[in-house]
Amino acid sequence: MNTKSIMIVGVGGQGTLLASRLLGAALLSEGYDVKVSEVHGMSQRGGSVVTYVKYGEKVASPIVQKGQADLILAFEQLEAARWLPFLKTDGTIIANTQQIDPMPVVIGTAEYPLGVLDAVRATGANLTEIDALSLAVKAGSPKAVNVVLIGVMASHMDISYAVWENAIRATVPEKFLELNLKAFEYGYHYSN
Amino acid sequence: MSKQLLIGNEAVARGLYEAGLRVASSYPGTPSTEITECIAKYDDVYSEWAPNEKVAMEVAAGAAIAGARSFCAMKHVGLNVAADPLFTASYTGINAGMVIAVADDPGMHSSQNEQDSRHYAKASKVMMLEPSDSEECLQYAKLAFDLSEQFDTPVILRLTTRVAHSRSLVQVSARDEKALKEYKKDPMKYVMMPGMAIKKHIVVEQRILDQIAWAETAEINSIEYNSTEIGVITSGISYQYAKEALGENASYLKLGCVYPLPVEKIKAFAAKCKKVYVLEELDPFIEEHCKQNGIEVIGKEAFTLQGEYSQSLIAKVILGKEDAFVATDLDIPARPPVLCAGCPHRGLYYALKKLNVTVSGDIGCYTLGALAPLGMMDTCICMGASVSALHGRNKADEQNAKKSVAVIGDSTFMHSGVTGLINIAYNQSNSTVIILDNSITGMTGHQDNPTTGKTIKGDPTTAVSLELLAKAVGIDRVRVIDPYNLAECEQVIREEVAADAPSVIISRRPCALLKYVKHKAPMKVNPDKCIGCKMCMKIGCPAISMKDKKSVIDFTQCVGCAVCSQLCKFGAIEEGE
Ligand SMILES: Cc1ncc(C[n+]2csc(CCOP(=O)(O)OP(=O)(O)O)c2C)c(N)n1
Ligand code: SF4
Ligand code: SF4
Repeated sequence: MNTKSIMIVGVGGQGTLLASRLLGAALLSEGYDVKVSEVHGMSQRGGSVVTYVKYGEKVASPIVQKGQADLILAFEQLEAARWLPFLKTDGTIIANTQQIDPMPVVIGTAEYPLGVLDAVRATGANLTEIDALSLAVKAGSPKAVNVVLIGVMASHMDISYAVWENAIRATVPEKFLELNLKAFEYGYHYSN
Repeated sequence: MSKQLLIGNEAVARGLYEAGLRVASSYPGTPSTEITECIAKYDDVYSEWAPNEKVAMEVAAGAAIAGARSFCAMKHVGLNVAADPLFTASYTGINAGMVIAVADDPGMHSSQNEQDSRHYAKASKVMMLEPSDSEECLQYAKLAFDLSEQFDTPVILRLTTRVAHSRSLVQVSARDEKALKEYKKDPMKYVMMPGMAIKKHIVVEQRILDQIAWAETAEINSIEYNSTEIGVITSGISYQYAKEALGENASYLKLGCVYPLPVEKIKAFAAKCKKVYVLEELDPFIEEHCKQNGIEVIGKEAFTLQGEYSQSLIAKVILGKEDAFVATDLDIPARPPVLCAGCPHRGLYYALKKLNVTVSGDIGCYTLGALAPLGMMDTCICMGASVSALHGRNKADEQNAKKSVAVIGDSTFMHSGVTGLINIAYNQSNSTVIILDNSITGMTGHQDNPTTGKTIKGDPTTAVSLELLAKAVGIDRVRVIDPYNLAECEQVIREEVAADAPSVIISRRPCALLKYVKHKAPMKVNPDKCIGCKMCMKIGCPAISMKDKKSVIDFTQCVGCAVCSQLCKFGAIEEGE
């Protein structure tokens, strides 16, 4: 099979790293060759963060470039629009409807554009919108947003529910297991 | 044993461990930090954070001479600091193996410059290996120890951000325990004075020739013939980009050893290919080697000296292919990194802003104070330069001393700020140095340092007293302030800047992300009192935003530091319960 490329994008502190780790674990147990490229350091302090996940028979480059992602999972609206050019023209983008103001917006030197996801859809991109924060709160904690989103992404992929469940069990601490399994389930069964 | 999905840095640590590593000493620096953090998890290896890279490399050199396989890691600019021991450890050689990891940062994800460490290998005549994925990180780390002992030299393992921080599959195996080798006194080998060094230089030059002969047939300099229309000479991550872009449409010479480089092997490969490209990020290091040896290649004239390469760049230049994409027509605001909610640096910077002083800056989380809305940094050169450069400014222009300060973090002060402070005391400038003591090395992901009272393993140890240290070097005016107290900060800084003597101000408050720090309840904005003046926004706390013309505080982010409430003239920001 050809190598598939997924991008997980969001704002530092939103839990994108756990999401990519879960995805990596699930792909690994499916027997794929996997490469995951993470962001560490400066960009983590509330900056824009992106993680690349690639899998297939044999993966060479760990990074994704413009027009190459089969799927983008965006944790925040503005980040969905920022990284949209990295999507294949027939790719899928899943976007959390959450809005987090970047500092230039907070201090009034820039504006958070209106109708961000409408603009994304208007490009013809195949977009799934989701209010993952509400589902995470429903599952028990706003912090489970990342796992809700992983659930939505999982429903677009060819990996069985049981494999995901195992990956969550292997990655998440016991204390938060129930919460995360529930959050995953809400995301997985979400349809818009 | 099983396959694991490890980042390159974890794989390096694993490889060193399997090869019998006994002593590791490093100073943190993105993207190299995790190597030593991972080593610290192995109980059968001694590991430590050193105050800086020079110390770390000297510790590793000493351990290697004593007979233990040893290691030190640093980011590219760290090798500038450790260059002194490197150049002479090249002459003394080792007893047990010594490996140095240096992580370059093409694209400057987290760095102040884009230097190419391969020049150091050549300049110091030290062998350098460069892996292209995590499995190679593990294998090359092991090989580096063997080569170090085979050729009696330290060996450098060069990483770049994409290798250091990408996960790929790694086959781990058991540790090969290596006993301490016997140390024999040998001044001709280990004491570098002219008489000995003159002889050693001859040995070093012969060693390079021997290594070139090795490189001609070494397995890690591998050739893969496919179509010979295009030949690619490459190393490290660029190999992976090239493979993805060109697949079987090209043949590859992948150089696992980037210094010294083979000659005949490259010539033979180039002769078989129609058009030969050198694919390497940053400087034309391999390219110049080829051109010097009369091998015709295409390199930087078609690519770039700046930033990272990628499969797309290679496909575009060599094949003229580009992927289609769509974009919105929105004006998307940037999202720069910011100081965390409750960061102790914030209050201090606000006080500096009110005093409108010139700030000689340094490197750490606090460099973010250079960005809006604080915008309170005038210069930032390299670690430690805040202190020494302020002295320089004040000597150049005495008036400057009455309106300027240096800011430097606790870890950075230990690294190389203290020597600058000694210079201020010794050569007497009326400089005011503010040590931002958040009791951790924050920027690189929270490592302990000599001021924190804890070792790399979290065990208690002695802590440097910054107050006593400043006094001991000859600074009489030493004061401690709490950066959460804006009035106190402003007053003390004003007094010390005005004083006719050098002074040190320690701004002390632990980093808001440290687990042991107990936070107060989040603050609340009382909407009846808030008039929407935006005064509280001037400190740039990410927990504060405006909704419907009133300030609101995000309770999930706010740590109740109460700095914002000190700005509100209407008492609208109230303590939560
Ligand atoms: C020579 C060198 N080594 C390492 C680094 C990486 N680095 C940047 S800032 C920093 C230390 C930051 O700690 P501290 O001074 O305590 O400030 P904080 O981030 O905690 O505010 C390090 C290790 C560097 N830039 N240069
Ligand atoms: S990690 Fe600590 S020092 Fe760094 S910005 Fe956050 S609170 Fe400040
Ligand atoms: S008290 Fe104010 S400045 Fe401190 S973290 Fe909360 S909102 Fe930010």
